[in-house]
Amino acid sequence: MALIERRIKELYERNPLSRRVVEEIHSVAGKLREKGFNHLKIMNFCGTHEWTITHYGLRSLMPDNVELIAGPGCPVCITPGHYVDLLVELSMEGYVIHTYGDAYKLPGSKPVGIRSLYDAHIEGGDVRIVYGFLDAVKTAARERGRKHVFFAVGFETTMPSTAVPLSKGIVPDNLLILSAYRYTPPIMRYLLEKVPGAHLDGILAPGHVSAVIGSEAWRFLPEEYGIPTVVAGFEPLDVLLAIYYMLKMLYKGEPGLINEYKRVVKPNGNPDALKAMRMVYEARDAYWRGIGVVPRSGGYHRDEYLKHDLYHYLGIEDKPVNDNLPGCRCGEVSLGLVKPTDCPLFMKTCTPSSPYGPCMVSVEGTCRIWAENLPLKL
Amino acid sequence: MELCLGIPAEVLETRREGELLIVKVRMGGVIREVISAIEDLKPGEYVIVHAGVAVSRINKDELEEILSIWSQIV
Repeated sequence: MALIERRIKELYERNPLSRRVVEEIHSVAGKLREKGFNHLKIMNFCGTHEWTITHYGLRSLMPDNVELIAGPGCPVCITPGHYVDLLVELSMEGYVIHTYGDAYKLPGSKPVGIRSLYDAHIEGGDVRIVYGFLDAVKTAARERGRKHVFFAVGFETTMPSTAVPLSKGIVPDNLLILSAYRYTPPIMRYLLEKVPGAHLDGILAPGHVSAVIGSEAWRFLPEEYGIPTVVAGFEPLDVLLAIYYMLKMLYKGEPGLINEYKRVVKPNGNPDALKAMRMVYEARDAYWRGIGVVPRSGGYHRDEYLKHDLYHYLGIEDKPVNDNLPGCRCGEVSLGLVKPTDCPLFMKTCTPSSPYGPCMVSVEGTCRIWAENLPLKL
Repeated sequence: MELCLGIPAEVLETRREGELLIVKVRMGGVIREVISAIEDLKPGEYVIVHAGVAVSRINKDELEEILSIWSQIV
């Protein structure tokens, strides 16, 4: 039995309800086909949802008229290349760079040479992988004679990691932060308004981002764009049920917002985290790699916290460069416009052990997820 | 070390570093200290830990309720 068939069998055995939800999905999709819905596109925002869908072969369980598309929910994939270029340079000049493991191999804008912090470490740069910001705080407090930089990559789920300690005033003066934070609702608005061919019939909203910002943050999707939206957990059953909910809303012609992940996500999110985030960061227009400048989507330090801001400390401008790597289709993959298998570099020049493009680097990158679950069953 | 994975964890102990609440959690078999983005966490509660931060409580009652709804729907 092939790998994916075995996983589906295990899924059905472990949770018989899954099989019944799949049957219900087929039933509703059949009724939708009778109403003329011959190609329904459902986008999952989050990389972890993409992992669940790909790992368990959920695409192969969908009716012919339901297509599951991966979206822009991999923060490492959209982190601008010039941030990496700058950190590589600083690591060679004696700064200590702290990064999440996910961003360690993220290539900057150069197609050859020292491309990533991993390469910089090999060439003698001081780059340290941390579990979280607390590790960087402890190290910087211990090594006060050196300047430390934390590479703050992520969406709203990760923002509290620096926002909370900064708001409490416990960050050592010698610890600087490169804020690569991006807000998620603006990219969905950008996708729906600015990207030709990005028509969506349903959106699987991110579970853990919503744990921070609240399920209500996605209300604009059904209300302004008429798209059924479900905030869901990450078990296969969560995802299947979310798809069922979306199809049901489409069939009834009543697009709404459903929070399937109530065990973790509250309507208004985590007020303590949001308070700290608002205190420390403000939203400004920001560049997303492979995509472009998205209005009010970047988290920038407010004036009171500028003494910890890397760009402010260096007195230079956060100015994007052309970071599209020749041949790489990561930007289009992030917007759900093409599949990883449409890229000529996929599993040839670009592999998980030797990633060329950003979507192959992070465990949340669509290319990486597809590559690690071969052979695919789509 | 992975940035984006939210992992369920049990709160074992809490302490303050200045105003910052730091919690010791058990995630599977691993015990580590993480920053709390929830002001009033207590030992015995369950949370989602993301990139070294406890970002949300897990509500067991809601889990039971959703399971009950599922079984009614299908």
